[in-house]
Amino acid sequence: MEAFITHTGTAVPLRRSNVDTDQIIPAVWLKQVSRTGFENGLFAAWREDPEFVLNDATYEGASILVSGPDFGTGSSREHAVWALQQYGFRVVIAARFGDIFRNNSTKMGLLPVVLPGDKAADLQSAVEANPKLEITVDLRERQVRWADEVVAFEIDDYTRWRLMEGLDDIGLTLRHADDVAVYENGRQPWLPTTV
Amino acid sequence: MGRTLAEKVWEQHVVRRADGEPDLLYIDLHLIHEVTSPQAFDGLRLAGRKVRRPDLTIATEDHNVPTVLGPIADPVSKKQVETLRKNAAEFGIRLHPMGDAGQGVVHIIGPQFGLTQPGMTIVCGDSHTSTHGAFGGIAFGIGTSEVEHVLATQTLPAYRPKTMAIEVSGELPPGVTAKDLILAIIAKIGTGGGQGYIVEYRGEAVRELSMEGRMTVCNMSIEAGARAGMIAPDETTFAYLKGRPHAPQGEAWDQAVEYWKSLRTDDDAVFDKVVEIDASTLTPYVTWGTNPGQGLPLAESVPSPDSFADPVARSAAERALDYMGLNAGTPLREIEVDTVFVGSCTNGRIEDLRSAAEILRGRQVRTRTLIVPGSMQVKLQAEEEGLHEVFKAAGAEWREAGCSMCLGMNPDTLKPGERSASTSNRNFEGRQGKGGRTHLVSPQVAAATAVTGRLTAPADL
Repeated sequence: MEAFITHTGTAVPLRRSNVDTDQIIPAVWLKQVSRTGFENGLFAAWREDPEFVLNDATYEGASILVSGPDFGTGSSREHAVWALQQYGFRVVIAARFGDIFRNNSTKMGLLPVVLPGDKAADLQSAVEANPKLEITVDLRERQVRWADEVVAFEIDDYTRWRLMEGLDDIGLTLRHADDVAVYENGRQPWLPTTV
Repeated sequence: MGRTLAEKVWEQHVVRRADGEPDLLYIDLHLIHEVTSPQAFDGLRLAGRKVRRPDLTIATEDHNVPTVLGPIADPVSKKQVETLRKNAAEFGIRLHPMGDAGQGVVHIIGPQFGLTQPGMTIVCGDSHTSTHGAFGGIAFGIGTSEVEHVLATQTLPAYRPKTMAIEVSGELPPGVTAKDLILAIIAKIGTGGGQGYIVEYRGEAVRELSMEGRMTVCNMSIEAGARAGMIAPDETTFAYLKGRPHAPQGEAWDQAVEYWKSLRTDDDAVFDKVVEIDASTLTPYVTWGTNPGQGLPLAESVPSPDSFADPVARSAAERALDYMGLNAGTPLREIEVDTVFVGSCTNGRIEDLRSAAEILRGRQVRTRTLIVPGSMQVKLQAEEEGLHEVFKAAGAEWREAGCSMCLGMNPDTLKPGERSASTSNRNFEGRQGKGGRTHLVSPQVAAATAVTGRLTAPADL
């Protein structure tokens, strides 16, 4: 996983709520067995509309997506995270995220930033007024900064550390393989196996 | 202070706890299907890792499979299913492939085999894993990175979510089902209402539900944004489990039941949040919009966006009406549908098929009607009971087991502009096929709708 410490870029304002993962990447794209090539599937149905914000050349090159509340609800498909990253996003900002999407993002190094609803909407307005607005998302300081605004966001210390170091969860857990073995020996005897 | 059911099950599974870190949680059962696993197995191969506990892992083919007999026509789907077969063989994981008597939708087969038991932790790369919480365990959906993590370590690092009680008082009136209850709950708390919580469904109406009904309720917990949903195990749970292939037997059964009886929220436990709902006031529910929170009693009309005070909800409603091709003020009962789908991990169990058959018996459908059993075993049982003859005589299509029209990934889809009454769980834009329009309903409402061609409650027939 690529480490995330701080990122500065421009943004796309996505003025929609309840952006479920079926919209982020429709199911037909989930038939692939690889981890790459999902950028063309990102918002595939919505992108057919020429008016859709990702089709607006004004926002070309943006690396931060600023959405309405409840981004990434629904299906657990991690393909949604892959599609966003492969399209070029490094950060998604919203007032609320689906729990599974948020988890998946932090496993892959896509930073989900929760800002209070009015702050996310303020940022959308600021980007609409100036599409080239530079926005800095600073994980070390837990801040989003644009123009004169400095807005703090919350993220737990452990996830922050893991993202900043770019660490793989499996490697971290395997350090505790002995604890797992001890636990396994004490499991209730009636628990089922699939054998 | 007492503990909630969720806290008890969580604590039982903590392998390691350290300050400032998530708990390392042991996973008792890992369910796998073809869609969210290939990249996880690739990850294991790249790192030279094995599956730690293939004996706590089980795989099935469900999302991509056609529900008519024959091979998979789509080469991309076929490759995905073949990839699962290769991975299962290479890593020594039990697989129920298409055509196998044990095949079916991943959340139907776990309970059916008796692999889903009270007090367990269960995960799957599928958000509807919350279904299994109906037995009183903690069950939740995960992404592919976490699938790989569980394969490699049989654990997951996680922070314990907050706890929410949804207290359902009173009795569900006749003709009102578990599906109507959960649609009403989601409409009440919203698609984000459960975010960050494990929900425990409690109260008289919940205790009265069958296991099938409990699974329907827990299944859609994710539609309210909850990480998991659960119901304390009781005699209904034990009766469902007893004698199933993987349920404990003999002395182990007695030990297990004794432990399972301790899996209830203590009287003095405190939930982080409590929501109350009176079951006796409910009527059949349907959705009118493009998220599962946009639902209303069938007797009502399509709402006006102006009726929403919150500007975000208002613009979501405007957009939803536009996508759904609906006008504010139209009575929901006047909405005509082209297709009816009975099936999915929400409503593809035997009880669901029985209730649909009861309504279709001696009647004719006016819409394309797909009846899709959730598993091969459900199909066999339905055929033993003669339900398939009822469906066929009514003009409905009787299919093979699979996810079918729930998700627009296999040949069963809506065409652009087509409208369905569907017993599945998601009415998202394009969920059942690009441009398709979905109304979520119970199996009973689905069957009655098939008869009239308009959204209809059985009592209206």
